[in-house]
Amino acid sequence: MIDFIWLLLFLGGIATAMLTGHMAQVSEAILNGAKNGVDLALALIAVMALWMGLMQVAQNAGLVQWLSKLLRPVGKWLYPSVPADSKAMGAILANMSANLLGIGNAATPLGLAAMKELQTLNPNKRRASDAMCTLLAVNTASITVIPTTVIAVRLQYGSHHPTDVVGTTIVATLLATGVAVILDRVFRRWSRRRERV
Amino acid sequence: MQSAIEVASIWILPLVIASILIAGAFKRVPLYNTFVDGAKGGFGTSIRLIPHIVAMMVAVSVFRASGAMDILVGWLHPVAIWLHIPSQVVPMALLRPISNAGSLALLTDLFRQPHTGPDSFVGLLASTMQASSDTTLYILTVYFGSVGIERFRYALAVGLLSDFASVVGSVVAVWLLHPGLFS
Repeated sequence: MIDFIWLLLFLGGIATAMLTGHMAQVSEAILNGAKNGVDLALALIAVMALWMGLMQVAQNAGLVQWLSKLLRPVGKWLYPSVPADSKAMGAILANMSANLLGIGNAATPLGLAAMKELQTLNPNKRRASDAMCTLLAVNTASITVIPTTVIAVRLQYGSHHPTDVVGTTIVATLLATGVAVILDRVFRRWSRRRERV
Repeated sequence: MQSAIEVASIWILPLVIASILIAGAFKRVPLYNTFVDGAKGGFGTSIRLIPHIVAMMVAVSVFRASGAMDILVGWLHPVAIWLHIPSQVVPMALLRPISNAGSLALLTDLFRQPHTGPDSFVGLLASTMQASSDTTLYILTVYFGSVGIERFRYALAVGLLSDFASVVGSVVAVWLLHPGLFS
């Protein structure tokens, strides 16, 4: 998939340049694009280092565990098929907390740990269980409080209000997560009905 | 509501930092050294991103410079109008679930154009879209792949539909919080 898109961008661009006569601009864009890529990645270091340093403090202070406790009722409601005191629920809540705090690099290993625990509860090892589908729905639409990368990119390109994106992101992710949870419920009901027939 | 969230946008970063530091001090975490330790990880993460960002930025730059981007955006215009979103962000909406570096490259490409800088309506909308969604296909592959699940059932449909919801949600969010940017 990604190979196809990458090829399409290059060949589509070069073919269009043949027709529009923009080949000189394309040559220039190839070299500038690479330079801009490195510049952007270097600019990201500042905010990433700052944020990951803070998140290390948050993790060592036990904020993930604290948030997990707060989120327990939400977990029970979202995952009715997972026993409340199981290891699986613990991993699910830790993953949710890390997502909420914006610790992306901790959220993925915790999410994978949750998948492993859910797999032990799954009767059919090749087929996704209801709880697994919910975990993925929540993760793909995850609520974000501080979008660090985007703030860094906005800063790099001269934004006067780089943190304006915080409020809009909170609203947008709340809406998207709500839709994801509702869709997950609806699809779950449909798939059960279909399997009963 | 609107001004409360606007204030939150400005206050939240300092407040989050303060509460993390207070929580750390309370639990007697060695603050400075822990911070420095974690910050090293940020360096590595950004460096590991370089090849991905370079690959995508070059491809997107070629696509833009040739004029192909404008042609594509022109084609997508009727769809965009129907969905009430600016046509410039449609390519990003399409690439977001597939490639994080790809949509990031499209975001910076928009920021470089004269009328879609970071503080413009399109720029803020695109920023919100990038921030409010994750790379659905990547997450699905990694999560299911890690435990050998072959039948994803409805997970892909739910993931892609909620990506669409986050595009609509981004428009709603910008409209709610920054009505002045709509013209």
